[in-house]
Amino acid sequence: MKTKAWSNWPVRILLLIYSVIVIYPLFWTVTTSFKTTNEFYDNPWSLPTSFSIANYVNAFEKANIGSYFFNSIVVTIGALAICITISFMAAYVITRYDTRWLRGLRKLYMLALFFPIAFKIVPLFMLLNQLHLLDNRFGLILVYAATSIPFTVFLMIGFLSTISKDYEEAAMIDGCSRYGILFRIILPMAQSGLITVVIFNFMSYWNEYIMALSFITTEGKRTLTLGIAYLMEVQRYATDWGALFAALVIVMVPTLLLYSLLQRKITSGLNMGGLKG
Amino acid sequence: MKSGERSFIWVCTLPALLLAAVFVFYPFAQALLMSFYSWSGISDEKVFIGLDNFRTMLGDEIVWKALKNNLFLLLTVPVLTMGLAVLFSVLLTRKKLKERNFYRTVFFFPNVLALVVISILWSFIYHPTFGIVNSLLNAVGLEQWTHAWLGEQGTVMWALVFPMVWQAVGYYMIIYIAAIEGIPTDLYEVAHLEGASEWQQFRLITLPLIWTVMRVTLILFLINVFNQSFTYVNVMTAGGPDNGSQILMTYMYGQGFANGNFGYAMAIGVLMLGITIALSLLSELLTKRETIQY
Repeated sequence: MKTKAWSNWPVRILLLIYSVIVIYPLFWTVTTSFKTTNEFYDNPWSLPTSFSIANYVNAFEKANIGSYFFNSIVVTIGALAICITISFMAAYVITRYDTRWLRGLRKLYMLALFFPIAFKIVPLFMLLNQLHLLDNRFGLILVYAATSIPFTVFLMIGFLSTISKDYEEAAMIDGCSRYGILFRIILPMAQSGLITVVIFNFMSYWNEYIMALSFITTEGKRTLTLGIAYLMEVQRYATDWGALFAALVIVMVPTLLLYSLLQRKITSGLNMGGLKG
Repeated sequence: MKSGERSFIWVCTLPALLLAAVFVFYPFAQALLMSFYSWSGISDEKVFIGLDNFRTMLGDEIVWKALKNNLFLLLTVPVLTMGLAVLFSVLLTRKKLKERNFYRTVFFFPNVLALVVISILWSFIYHPTFGIVNSLLNAVGLEQWTHAWLGEQGTVMWALVFPMVWQAVGYYMIIYIAAIEGIPTDLYEVAHLEGASEWQQFRLITLPLIWTVMRVTLILFLINVFNQSFTYVNVMTAGGPDNGSQILMTYMYGQGFANGNFGYAMAIGVLMLGITIALSLLSELLTKRETIQY
């Protein structure tokens, strides 16, 4: 089978080329973030001569990345807590009880999966304005949580329907209340599904841009993605790119870390019905 | 139904429904309605103008240009992405390469990055003076091929296609790999014994059996391209040069937030919605085949 092994080389070369296309820009970002501005202009391709963390210091001190980071964390965790709790409860009832209006509700959420986000940006802006939730991190949390309800319910239904009803019946006989069943029996059993939706929603909140751009105006309330988009605009004229590259790395690290730790979970979750980018 | 059960159902479904009603369904309905009004948004003065917004739209050159750009992206990005994704997934499942998990991991990387990060990254890749693309062309002596990729009418739309493909390939590849792994291996063994070539095996076994999955992903992908293209255009070109990369979404955004033409913005939104629905139906129809199960 020697020849067989050789015949894999064209394929291998193709795959390696694509790997370089994926990795090189990321590698370049990381190395550039350690270079001084002069080094960058001398040769944007060279590796840094020394690992200077000046850009990172700049990113935190001058570009306020620290507060953007904090805002992103607050918004992401807030939206996750709200969305996951209420979607889990709704999905459980939709899977376990069979009434006409619950079937209708399920269809409604399915339909909402197809709503383009940009379509509702303008009316949402005005709604938030009326509710005095414009330029408000809590407002952003509510909007994020609400926007991902249909998707989260949809995924949770998939997970919950695989859990056998026997456990609940046994618990019912033992005198466990419905709420007890939901939170003390189903919740732990659905853990793996919950982790999957947490990962997906974490990624989409952490990386969200359109809504943050539209609803947040105060500099101090910006999330990370919004912050680096503005930083890019500023640096374009200041031609000091170092802090921007440092900021890019700071945004990339949490998601890449999460991905490398939970890779299996993410890719299998994708196939369990998470056909949404 | 017992009353305890009824109240349990309400307690569980109401919070999600309320939040979705206020921040998902209401704005959606509102958007549809507003497209028939002339409204600057800030004042309360709303004037019902029927189909006037849509009439204005028909005569608006930029709308047509944006529509053309949208359709260009909707055509090229899914074709390239799904083509590469299918190719990679077949290669990674059929060729038992030792390092295939490495490729799987690496190709998926871009998918976990924020679109803003990808857009900024590719702005540098295309940078006229120190960008990767031009530097490479200079290095191999093709100076005449260098361009200000994002600053020229002729190149800007293609320059937007590649980051979008780069971002999405890994995601669809993972889905197709799972679909292919679900195909019973004895089918391939029999085909191999019968002397079928790799290409025949792909055309007669793999493709028909992952077709259903591809259809579902195509529709969701079209909607994603629609949604995501806003971020790329907003960060990389802001619709420029001279509206050369304007898409309906960025134009709508500018009309709404920069010019205060909320009613008109929503009419453009309705056009977008119409296109999304039409495309979903069209791709349903075009990809319709007998579902095959062996």
